[in-house]
Amino acid sequence: MDINMTLIGQSIAMLVFVWFCMKFIWPPIMTAIEERQKEIADGLAAAERGQQSLDKAKAESDEIVADARKQATQILDQAHARANEIVAEGKADGVKERERQLAAATAEVEQETNRAREELRGQVSAIAVASAEKILRREIDAKAHEDILSKLAAEL
Amino acid sequence: MAGESGHGAQTSGEYIAHHLQNLQVCKVDSEWVWNHCAGNPMAINVDSMFFSVILGLVFVFIFRGAAKKASAEKPGKMQAFVEIVIDFIDSSVKDTFHGKSSLIAPLALTIFVWVFLMNLMDLIPVDWLPMLGGAIGVPYLKVVPTTDVNITFGMSIAVFFLILFYSIKNKGIGGFIGELTLHPIAPPMKGVGLIAAPFIIAFNFILESVALLAKPLSLSLRLFGNMFAGELIFILIALLGVWQLPLHFGWAVFHVLIVTLQAFIFMMLTVVYLTLASEEH
Repeated sequence: MDINMTLIGQSIAMLVFVWFCMKFIWPPIMTAIEERQKEIADGLAAAERGQQSLDKAKAESDEIVADARKQATQILDQAHARANEIVAEGKADGVKERERQLAAATAEVEQETNRAREELRGQVSAIAVASAEKILRREIDAKAHEDILSKLAAEL
Repeated sequence: MAGESGHGAQTSGEYIAHHLQNLQVCKVDSEWVWNHCAGNPMAINVDSMFFSVILGLVFVFIFRGAAKKASAEKPGKMQAFVEIVIDFIDSSVKDTFHGKSSLIAPLALTIFVWVFLMNLMDLIPVDWLPMLGGAIGVPYLKVVPTTDVNITFGMSIAVFFLILFYSIKNKGIGGFIGELTLHPIAPPMKGVGLIAAPFIIAFNFILESVALLAKPLSLSLRLFGNMFAGELIFILIALLGVWQLPLHFGWAVFHVLIVTLQAFIFMMLTVVYLTLASEEH
């Protein structure tokens, strides 16, 4: 318990250790800590910047997608309109074609009818002549009545 | 247990006294003698100095090892631990001391870790190291340096001189003397009161000197008292035979708190005193 030279010894030891700590322990560790703090701060700032540019890029891409969607809708609308147009055109063409063919068919039928009628007329007259001939051969000379007969044939 | 401590038959009183005896060396008639140095002011407590320096070296090796390998990118586990301690000290110092000083923070670190390690010796069961010492022929061994008043006083006196140094450095000789003599009662500078001025100055000086000297005294005695009492209780518990086991455990757990707290208080008060010394008030 008595005070003795240990006191001085301890004081000297303490000053030596404090000096050593001040020179060789504190500065390098503090440097490392501060360096790391700076790096972390820089890293956080970089992350912040990255986040911002990501946000910007996202906004841009959203815009682009919205544009594309709008364009696509437009194109689709146009295509629909065009398709409707084409269908309408086709319909109109069909109607026209049908009318044309109908007209053509009608004309042909008429023509055919007329031709058949002509032929029929010819045949009827021929039959009439033939039957008249048969009748007259028995009764009259063909030669004598030929003018009457041909006149008849012309009238038919 | 006294009977089992390997020193033959002892009474409890002898056992305790033995545990509280430092291993001393001193020069008597130009010859070095061991353990007959009671009251000799030139004696050295070899055990206190030995453990104190060893623990100081432990501190230095651990922290220097971390400092040498310190890297900002990939801190090792040791570095992380050392950084936690340093960061803790640094923030404690920065909370109190606002000036710029390359000394105060390392000083606080050294004091905290060193005193902590010295206090921690208290947790080693009280008989182990003295028994080991007895086996190799060391008759006395007091393993906790901070239970030696010389050690705590040695540290607080170093702090005291730093206080004086900082006071004079930051306030000048005149400022320092003024601080000692012109507070707390300002002496009258003119008129009839001038007659009373020397008395007031003397009164101030006595008051302020006591306040100044009380700083290292209280600093060292606080640490010494706490650790000595703790050590004494460990010794008393060791006398109890088998019942010492739960008691020792309980007291040791409680003592972990005291060990850390006293180291922190010593460090913090040092920082506060140096802050007061370097700031005008």
